[in-house]
Amino acid sequence: MATREVLGSTASNPLGRPRGIWSVLHVDPILLLLLIALVSGGLFVLYSGADRNFEVVKAQGIRFGIAFAVMLVFAQLDPSVFRRWAPWLYGLGLIGLVAVIFVGVGAKGAQRWLALPGLPRFQPSELMKLVVPMMAAWYLSRHFLPPKLSRIGVGLVIVLLPMVLIMKQPDLGTSLLVGMAGLFVVFFAGMSWKLISAFVVMVSVAAPVMWFFGMRDYQKQRVLTLLDPQSDPLGAGWNIIQSKTAIGSGGLDGKGWLQGTQSHLEFLPESHTDFIVAVLAEEFGFIGMLILISVYFLIILRCLYISVTAQDSFSRLVAGALTMTFFIYVFVNVGMVSGLLPVVGVPLPLVSYGGTSTVTLMAAFGILMSIHTHRRMITA
Amino acid sequence: MPWGEFKDTAAERRLFQRRAFVMLLMVFLLLAGLVARMYQLQIVEHDIYTTLSDKNRVQVQSVPPPRGLVYDRNGILLAENRPVFSVTVVPERVGGMDATLDQLVRILDISDEDLERFQRRLREPRRPFQEIPLRYDLTEDEIARLAVHRHELPGVEVEAELVRYYPHSELTAHALGFVGRINRDELQRIDPVNYAGTNYIGKSGVERFYEELLHGKVGYQHVETNARGRTLRVLERENPVPGEDLELHIDLRLQNRAHELLDGRRGAIVAIEPATGGILALASVPGFDANKFVTGISVADYGELRDSKDKPLFNRALRGQYPPGSTLKPMLAIAALDSGAVTRDHTIWDPGYFQFNSSGRRYRDWKRGGHGWVDLTYAMAQSCDVYFYEAAVEMGVDTMHSYLSRFGFGEDATLDVSGALSGLLPSRDWKRAMRNEPWYPGDSVNLGIGQGFMLATPLQLATATALIANRGEWVEPRLLKDIQGDRSVDEFLPSETHEPLKLKDPSDWDFIADAMAEVMHGTKGTARSAARGASYRMAGKTGTAQVFSLAEDEEYEAEEVRERLRDHALFVGFAPLDNPQIAVAVIVENGGGGSSTAAPVARALFDAWLLEFSAAGDDAALISKTDAESGVH
Repeated sequence: MATREVLGSTASNPLGRPRGIWSVLHVDPILLLLLIALVSGGLFVLYSGADRNFEVVKAQGIRFGIAFAVMLVFAQLDPSVFRRWAPWLYGLGLIGLVAVIFVGVGAKGAQRWLALPGLPRFQPSELMKLVVPMMAAWYLSRHFLPPKLSRIGVGLVIVLLPMVLIMKQPDLGTSLLVGMAGLFVVFFAGMSWKLISAFVVMVSVAAPVMWFFGMRDYQKQRVLTLLDPQSDPLGAGWNIIQSKTAIGSGGLDGKGWLQGTQSHLEFLPESHTDFIVAVLAEEFGFIGMLILISVYFLIILRCLYISVTAQDSFSRLVAGALTMTFFIYVFVNVGMVSGLLPVVGVPLPLVSYGGTSTVTLMAAFGILMSIHTHRRMITA
Repeated sequence: MPWGEFKDTAAERRLFQRRAFVMLLMVFLLLAGLVARMYQLQIVEHDIYTTLSDKNRVQVQSVPPPRGLVYDRNGILLAENRPVFSVTVVPERVGGMDATLDQLVRILDISDEDLERFQRRLREPRRPFQEIPLRYDLTEDEIARLAVHRHELPGVEVEAELVRYYPHSELTAHALGFVGRINRDELQRIDPVNYAGTNYIGKSGVERFYEELLHGKVGYQHVETNARGRTLRVLERENPVPGEDLELHIDLRLQNRAHELLDGRRGAIVAIEPATGGILALASVPGFDANKFVTGISVADYGELRDSKDKPLFNRALRGQYPPGSTLKPMLAIAALDSGAVTRDHTIWDPGYFQFNSSGRRYRDWKRGGHGWVDLTYAMAQSCDVYFYEAAVEMGVDTMHSYLSRFGFGEDATLDVSGALSGLLPSRDWKRAMRNEPWYPGDSVNLGIGQGFMLATPLQLATATALIANRGEWVEPRLLKDIQGDRSVDEFLPSETHEPLKLKDPSDWDFIADAMAEVMHGTKGTARSAARGASYRMAGKTGTAQVFSLAEDEEYEAEEVRERLRDHALFVGFAPLDNPQIAVAVIVENGGGGSSTAAPVARALFDAWLLEFSAAGDDAALISKTDAESGVH
């Protein structure tokens, strides 16, 4: 395989076919198709989850339009641009996170947004989901891979710093996602399995410490509730009981579109945001869930393929990390709605109603497309 | 490469490929795990969650039946139902009870009483997720204000329910009774299923007696509700069976007239249709607004009613037990004649008092100088006491008790009048049991003029009078005239139990009736002024009941006796003499003399019934009937 690529590297057109329209647009048609399938299917579910409120669907549609535009813009940029920008963006992101802690605005006891005059309100933590893997990849790819222990240490600091700042907001979900994104870079860079094992042990030890010193009461409550949702059926356990009931009552082929009683009768909280998968599971059943998970799997498969075929270490690491972040979204969301994981505010990617994460995710797909369509058959 | 380090790109690529493969494996396994989880929930445990889901959304609710309406004999609506909006709270669904109540107090006008009652209900045992009413009878304005804040107030609902309304509140409160909230005692004895959705129950009068008939049968509906218990959709419904509509013998016009005649006084009027026993009017004055009791009367309002010296809550017609005084004389006269104690032309000398022997106590006649030679007709017309003293002594207590009990005294002889008291008909046994004393001849003397231990309610007096009007034919007093629909009255009206009062000489009835006519029309009749100018002949008997006993030889000076100690004025009578259409008993508390105060009231009622209403009757009945039907159904 390596030989073939080395051989192909001398040719001007490595795949032996003319540069098509997709290459000109810097769009990966397979990924695009899968994303469109996911998004349009998601809009149907959203219409049901939002209790037939077409305004919600329209707003989400517009948001997807913007997000697709962002994806296209990102796709046009050469991967080297991301690499050059990574340290600067990282620095800006850290400043933003610090600023959020002091002057941020927010709701429900959390400060997550920066409202700078003249700029739309935005969430620096959301930006870090893209920037942290880029920064880690930038740092680690400067040297021979697999990285030395000291470099791994620096890489982990790069990841931990924004994590801690985001945790301060407090936003456990985003903090973990940002951390995961960075850790995937370190993993893909070739962190040895021995170290990984040691790391896992360390985290296991750190978890109880976190429990007593790092977590807020409501966060602890969520974890406790997961362990025994029945303990507080009308309070914290309500969400999980109701969403499990929604999913379970869907059966093999579901109750039919718009027929989900759990969601429409307001038993299911947040039926059009974080818990939308329960709506889908209730109305389209096991078959619907199988299709949804398959689509996600195909997207991840395509993205991993893009990562593997990327031409330089930076691109590979960023692509791999973003892909896995996307997967984490899917896994954590479905896991939490089905009662496997604690309830943390993670949306179902490209299906849940909401702006920021959609744009971030599509920007990530833009970066992946950029990596895939800017391949030059010169070994970097 | 800017850093000029040697990089084995192929090795890096292979390393990444291996790592990516590991990740792909992990992704696959974890997604497979999610699929497995879905399989577990959706296929393996599907039944469990389907049950949970259905239980979640489908609730069985009871649908209370609309309460039957009540009409008077002319089809005028006496009791109807109207929608009332109340605000209720489901404690289980409320975030913070104190905060919610604080906010509600700011939005609505909620009295401390309402809050207290609510807190009390909150502490009482109750079904989970059952709403507790906080305030009734919201205004449109308040409903609108609540609607604005509704999203901030989970568990707070505005509920509409049909609530009893009495359009002729004061007039009908005592005759009809009223409904009120079901209390804990009632909860013990009602059918919990049939009353599942009902908040009200008949507390008194017709509403209480015909509760079963008026209530109807509960219905059910399966409703889909959301998590907040709000009903979204009815899936299945079994309609309730509405309560039966009742038509009473009461004539609202006569009832109204009775109230007008007693206005400003305290008293009672009972009018009975002799042919049917139907109660045409049952007035107790002062009355009260029964509507206030339906949803729960305020402590202040109740206190005012309870503490009023006029006792508006006291149903004088059914429960007022008065010494009947001379109004008992017609019944005693029947007893005396039929038992042979006197004859029609038996004559006595009345010196103004009665004595057993020359040294004994003197029982005074109301006329100080006495009536002189008196026969039975004269004794009735002039209400001669001494004649009846002697007749009573002649009869003895056993005879008097026997006859008077056959007139319905000493018992509740009504068919469907709930709450009627039985008065007190004394007897030897009664005195032995209650007083541990023998019956003295003096007790008989007192009983002979309806004084002493004897107590009767206005309803009993009217009943006994109707018996005379019927010449001994018993028709127990009743309120129910008809049930609208196909169920028959007999099915629900208790059966009659009284044997007719048969006299050895049935013409004695006519003799006594004529004697009573003398009271009205005779030159010396005590009620002759009340009957003056009548176009028909009527029968009657005045009475004056002592509120307290005068010591022997003490002068009775009304002016000096405080108003509340003045004699009660009574009157019984029927009209017209030969074909009685109406029998009445009138009592005006502390009204003074029966002839001056009570007889004119009865005359006005006779006139109203015989002349005024019977002429206008048919037309008025027709109009109001159509009104009532179009307005309610």
